[in-house]
Amino acid sequence: MKILLSGNEAVARGAWEAGVKVASAYPGTPSTEILENLAKYPEIDAEWSPNEKVAFEVALGSAIAGARSMVSMKHVGLNVAADPFFSSAYTGVKGGFVIVSCDDPGMHSSQNEQDNRRYAKFAKVPLIEPSNAQEVHDFIKFAFEISEKFEIPVLFRMTTRISHTKGVVEVGERKEVPVKDYTKNPQQFIILPAHARVRHKVLEEKLINLREFSNKTELNRIEKGKNSLGIVTSGISYNYAREVFPGAWILKLGMSFPFPEDLFKEFYKNVKEVIVVEENEPFLEEEIKIMGYKAEGKKYIPLCDELTPEIVRKSFNNEELPHPEPIKSVKRPPQLCPGCPHTGVFYSLAKLKATVTGDIGCYTLGALPPHNAMDTCICMGASIGNAFGFEKARGKDFSRRLVAVIGDSTFLHSGITGLIDIVYNKGNTTVIILDNRTTAMTGHQDHPGTGITAKGERTREVDLAQLAKAVGVEEVYEVDPYNLKETLKTIKKAMEGENPSVVISKGPCALLKESREKFKTKEKKRVNDEKCLGEKCKACIRLGCPAISMIEGKAYISPLLCVGCDVCTQVCPVEAIE
Amino acid sequence: MKEFNIIICGVGGQGILLASEILALTAMESGFDVKKSEVHGMSQRGGSVISHIRIGEKVYSPLIEKGRCDFLISFEKAETLRWVHYLKKDNPVIIVNDFKIIPPFVSLGLDQYPQNIEENLKNITKNVYFVPAIEIAQKIGESRSANILMLGLLSRFLPFEEKTWEKVIKENVPAYTLDVNLKTFKEGRTLLD
Ligand SMILES: Cc1ncc(C[n+]2csc(CCOP(=O)(O)OP(=O)(O)O)c2C)c(N)n1
Repeated sequence: MKILLSGNEAVARGAWEAGVKVASAYPGTPSTEILENLAKYPEIDAEWSPNEKVAFEVALGSAIAGARSMVSMKHVGLNVAADPFFSSAYTGVKGGFVIVSCDDPGMHSSQNEQDNRRYAKFAKVPLIEPSNAQEVHDFIKFAFEISEKFEIPVLFRMTTRISHTKGVVEVGERKEVPVKDYTKNPQQFIILPAHARVRHKVLEEKLINLREFSNKTELNRIEKGKNSLGIVTSGISYNYAREVFPGAWILKLGMSFPFPEDLFKEFYKNVKEVIVVEENEPFLEEEIKIMGYKAEGKKYIPLCDELTPEIVRKSFNNEELPHPEPIKSVKRPPQLCPGCPHTGVFYSLAKLKATVTGDIGCYTLGALPPHNAMDTCICMGASIGNAFGFEKARGKDFSRRLVAVIGDSTFLHSGITGLIDIVYNKGNTTVIILDNRTTAMTGHQDHPGTGITAKGERTREVDLAQLAKAVGVEEVYEVDPYNLKETLKTIKKAMEGENPSVVISKGPCALLKESREKFKTKEKKRVNDEKCLGEKCKACIRLGCPAISMIEGKAYISPLLCVGCDVCTQVCPVEAIE
Repeated sequence: MKEFNIIICGVGGQGILLASEILALTAMESGFDVKKSEVHGMSQRGGSVISHIRIGEKVYSPLIEKGRCDFLISFEKAETLRWVHYLKKDNPVIIVNDFKIIPPFVSLGLDQYPQNIEENLKNITKNVYFVPAIEIAQKIGESRSANILMLGLLSRFLPFEEKTWEKVIKENVPAYTLDVNLKTFKEGRTLLD
């Protein structure tokens, strides 16, 4: 049967067919849809974990216990899970264990474009790189077989263009794979130094065998050409190479680590010149150069940013297809939605001129105009440690105008340890938790604070206020972010206090069903042109609500976009909003 | 087999992803290879959205190379400009929803909404169509079906049968909106008659 699947949907489908029993993940663009789709299969135990490290450890535990298991995450998620990842290469696994890493060349929605192929080499595990949705579907099954054959975790590396491109996929049916017998084996699974020394040698031997395998596997192939140009490529780049160099020989790598040296040597006999077409890091290029062969890649092709067919063409041929000149359009950055509960908090922080260490989520948009209410944003969970660092560097007085701002999902991911640090080390920093009861940024996944599992079942929910109190925070406030006066007053009080404090902004994401139902009962707002002070005021514009714009010198509220949240009426100095 | 390279663009929330999904499925059901590429995430929050759809006998790159786009379908006027350099040189087709969404950067005085959009586009090709898609769709029954109207218009240029389009629409819109959507699609398909 042929169906149209995105790369991420193809991961889920392929894994299901491969008999996967346990799957875990923490959301992160471009990987999120993998677990969302796995959760739909009754045969698979799929969970949203609180963070990638836990997700990794759960799936690894299942694989050690004998079940086919998979963990998926965005590229930076593997940094969070790096500790168990490196150990897992030493211990090895019993049931097949596949780690899906979705990298984001071009940083469509990420803080960096690290190339996780390097992680495979660093941790010493085999690397699979599919180039389209059909290959994703087929290669996932190979990945489980390789993992079981060599008793090793396999890194399955996707990129945004693979994850989010839909293509035609021939699919199959599920084959059940029984859970393997489990026997206790401390020498293998307890990595005490004495055991680890042995396991390291075992791993090096596996790599020798894997290199042999890599030369023979059907995942790697030579495509015959008509001229003497040889292209080495993998992943998405293969597609661009195919279109830009129609006559070339191609060494197409689906398993790119360990590098198939013998296969490359055979390829090399047929060509006069080798060029490497790959996105971001010179990963394949270095392998070839280490072998002592001549090849060029990054000399021509940019290391930064996502590749496109025109970049590949221009890099090597210095030509482009004729096309119209670009025309300047208008800046249209993403914004907080109409009715977003984060708006009131950032409006208040801008008013208070606070120093704000920020974090990652929809609320990072508070860094943009009109709020400009953020000073740092480093990685998930960093806001709290950063704020405490500011307090240490600049003193208690400074910290009266200092807050960390963090989302509910991010707080549970990696914020809680930072909060414990503030209490333990006698800080007085304030933390605002934006509790919108979802992981909004990545498309509304549940998390331990929502009371719903990935399978849609009810479960116990973490009470954030209780949690903050339990780690020793005595000043815990809850505010309604749609009430600007109260929000501003509470934040001010918390910041000025002598003790560590937590302010929980309680407002469900405006796109959640419960909010949409609530907004249905509200009346949309309208501007009274006679009262509106126009250009010289713009107080409502400074809310950053997408529904409000200036048209012909007066504020205008789009009835298509307004949800009636009532926040703008609180900022208008002349009651012109009705 | 002929190749068709289509860009659908606009602003997050305008139904671009549904339109491109229906297009890709119709191509697949008609026996073509197809790839459709779009980037999720940040773009959903009122930012600009683009979907590349490539249809042919065998499609490799999911991205349309600059200079290869046959059809630019735009759901918002200024967004059209952002992607014109993807168009091929000879006789591309541009279909524009005659509708502006003013970004807050403009209201804040940080940027200007572009002028002379019509003129600029007409300089690129004679095949430019400005369509009041939202008004037409509203008259038929539902302003949010403007995306389906645009798709109907595009369908005139593509070799897929009307019944295949209708089958795919049926499978991809909520049942209670089906009648309006089919009517709107037909209206789009015959708009240039
Ligand atoms: C290590 C890591 N994992 C995942 C992500 C992707 N990601 C970005 S923000 C975010 C969570 C956002 O949820 P929340 O903190 O609740 O804020 P909201 O978007 O709901 O406002 C996630 C999962 C990331 N950037 N880094």
